[in-house]
Amino acid sequence: MSNPNTEGPSETQIENSRAIDIVNMGLARRYSREQRFKLYGLIAVIISLSFLALLFFTIISNGHQAFFQTYLQLEVFFNPDFIDINNPANSNFPGLVKQTLSNEFPAVTGRREKKELYGLVSTGAAFQLQKLIRQQPDLVGKTVKIWVPTDDDVDMLMKGHIARDVPESDRRLSDKQLAWLDKWTLDAKIAKKFNRAFFTSGDSREPELAGILGALVGSILTLTLTLLLSFPTGVAAAVYLEEFAPRNRWVDLIEVNINNLAAVPSIVFGLLGLAVFINFFHLPRSAPIVGGLVLTLMTLPVIIIASRASLQSVPPSIREAALGVGASKMQMVLHHVLPLAMPGMLTGTIIGIARALGETAPLLMIGMVAFIVDIPTGFTAPATALPVQIFLWADSPERAFVERTSAAIIVLLVLLVVINSLAVILRNRFERRW
Amino acid sequence: MSTSLLILILFCLSTIAYQLGRTRAFSLTRMAGDRGRQVLHSRPVYYGMLTALWCGLPALFVFVAWQICEPWIITKLLVAHLPPEIQALPENRLNLVLNDIKNLASGNIVSGVIRPEMEAAANNYRNLQATANAALAVAVISLAIIGTFYARQRITPFLRARNHVEKVLTFFFIACSTFAIFTTIGIVLSVLFEAIRFFRVIPITEFLFGLEWSPQMAIRADQVGSSGAFGAIPVFAGTAMISGIAMLVAVPLGLMSAIYLSEYANKKFRAVAKPLLEILAGIPTVVYGFFAALTVAPFIRELGITVGLDVSSESALAAGLVMGIMIIPFVSSLSDDVINAVPQAMRDGALALGATKSETIKQVVLPAALPGIVGGVLLAVSRAIGETMIVVMAAGLAANLTANPLQAVTTVTVQIVTLLVGDQEFNSPKTLAAFALGLVLFVATLILNIIALYVVRKYREQYE
Repeated sequence: MSNPNTEGPSETQIENSRAIDIVNMGLARRYSREQRFKLYGLIAVIISLSFLALLFFTIISNGHQAFFQTYLQLEVFFNPDFIDINNPANSNFPGLVKQTLSNEFPAVTGRREKKELYGLVSTGAAFQLQKLIRQQPDLVGKTVKIWVPTDDDVDMLMKGHIARDVPESDRRLSDKQLAWLDKWTLDAKIAKKFNRAFFTSGDSREPELAGILGALVGSILTLTLTLLLSFPTGVAAAVYLEEFAPRNRWVDLIEVNINNLAAVPSIVFGLLGLAVFINFFHLPRSAPIVGGLVLTLMTLPVIIIASRASLQSVPPSIREAALGVGASKMQMVLHHVLPLAMPGMLTGTIIGIARALGETAPLLMIGMVAFIVDIPTGFTAPATALPVQIFLWADSPERAFVERTSAAIIVLLVLLVVINSLAVILRNRFERRW
Repeated sequence: MSTSLLILILFCLSTIAYQLGRTRAFSLTRMAGDRGRQVLHSRPVYYGMLTALWCGLPALFVFVAWQICEPWIITKLLVAHLPPEIQALPENRLNLVLNDIKNLASGNIVSGVIRPEMEAAANNYRNLQATANAALAVAVISLAIIGTFYARQRITPFLRARNHVEKVLTFFFIACSTFAIFTTIGIVLSVLFEAIRFFRVIPITEFLFGLEWSPQMAIRADQVGSSGAFGAIPVFAGTAMISGIAMLVAVPLGLMSAIYLSEYANKKFRAVAKPLLEILAGIPTVVYGFFAALTVAPFIRELGITVGLDVSSESALAAGLVMGIMIIPFVSSLSDDVINAVPQAMRDGALALGATKSETIKQVVLPAALPGIVGGVLLAVSRAIGETMIVVMAAGLAANLTANPLQAVTTVTVQIVTLLVGDQEFNSPKTLAAFALGLVLFVATLILNIIALYVVRKYREQYE
């Protein structure tokens, strides 16, 4: 450093060349690191998406078979001995079904054999015959060909979920039962048909009779109430907070509360519902009215936050113009700002409702988890909801319930897709960018 | 008369009142002649609305008040008419009798024999209810009509109808906005009261620091397994483990996805991949639970057996893994927002100095975005702790204090669900324990949320 004129330049030159060398030496490593980092990112996205694909694949591959069900064709002679035409409810329809089955295989005589034979047909067959006689009493004394649902074990066998080549003791169906079934199959008396019961009946302990209609109606009732309560309240709260509220501590407190409630675990809302609505106000357990109230409290923060964002996006010039021509503040909001913000508010509400549709945990807390066969008739009748039904079926041991659970999930996911695409359409068509 | 019919009638009356008020306002303008429109203070619609409000609101108020007080008043009247020896019964026995009478009146099954005085009381109850309903209907409808005529009388050109209507509306808006506060108070009170009742039986220190959890309560003192243990540490540990596994899955995958999508991916890929990732967030948790129990848990078990490990069929790993998948979009969309909020100038600066893209991200963008990412991760943790359905369906019930993720552990939410689903009595520590756990859950998530929201907000202000 003492003599910069003679030695300095050459030294910096050397150092420069060293620096660029060092950079160049490192380049290959740095570029490969760059590539690796980029690859990691891509792998992360691919893994996440493959989880999604796996989830859908599992559900659909398990569930698609539940939409079809094995039916058996029986030639039923409506024997007047079994049927009391004036009192169909008291008639011996199960006996009639057994008689018909015995006629199919007259050689079957033993008690155990007979029991095995009768076990091939669902207990729902008797109810089906009873319903038929109620509708057409003139069938008594005639012979009719009727398709009745088989037992869920038969259904599982036909769908390939019960292996034939294992020892008889490890199988849910005996060798004799298999033989009878094979005979029927040869006679083309067994066929897979569209499973109407799945969409038209309530829950049942028998997988072949269980349907989602009860749960679906329960969900619709609950969500109707949620929508009716949460949309007006949410919009009103958002309008107040965004347009009227003074900036003070009270309003700050409200805002902090709303933001927090949006992140409170849903099960805590269930605890609130249990303690307040059921134990304090004595509202009925398992009823859509309580479910609707709890889900309302849950969705309100979502709706308020979305509505406020939507109000914020309306430009101030609209407000100033309205005030300028002499509108009162309320008129300005109701006539000008609110209509412009409405698509965004509706989108937020639909997303909130979609979330409420999939919510299970709070409903477990308020007792919407009971085994309910009837289709609910009103807001205070006992009901379950679709996701709760999925939870209940997922717990059932029968193999046939696995595919029914998956099928119910498919229905739930389809509903969610429909609702969410409604929100997307609404947003794309009506939302304005200022 | 049923309540829904009454509401419907009230609605119709309000509509009529609206028409009455409006026509009245119009007739006032007509009387004033050509300059009519300037005579009125407000537009005629507001006079209609004001009349409708006068018709509907007082009646609705009486209706709601009656709905709340009715059971209490009718029960008092019923008790007053009971024979003296029944009235003299202690309170809980009296309640049983009253229940029987109500069941009898509504035609339900009654416990025990039906005595004649019960029959009489049931008849009395039915009569009381019928009278009450009729009285309510008359009161509500007449109040609505009186309100309408009062309002209509008051309509003059000087009546500031718009201001009145707007005042009512503003009041309604304010009432709606306070819902959040009431909900929070409701949550805190309902959970806190039951929890305090629990802590009277089980000391709070035992609950928070006890090492054994078996929430049983003996019916008889000499019963087998009568000693219930309410030490919640194993439950907390299980929650921590499953949430930890979930975060181990979700944070790397979510963060890397967000980085790739916001910094590297071309527009087309981003437009497809981002919504697909968000679908993961829209899938109901019960579906994830089913997926975990049906597919993931058996798969991990099989895998463990082939490697030679003993894996429980309800392993913490399976539940945590699936929960992690659920949280990926949560982490990725929050990180995406935060990364996009880092000013482009900072990236440009780093790139101009010769840094590669990944070096820019690692050394400039991520440190700048770190507070926001931490906030997002904290929100995700609070989500994981409060998640219920996945663990209910895929995690265990027994509380094991273990650090082995291949064993079954239980979580706070699982315990709340198992303790509260089904029939329950509200005096046993067993059910109250659920509320104590709920309190812990609420407080823990509240603290996490407050910190996270604070961090995120602070961070946003930094670059705006």
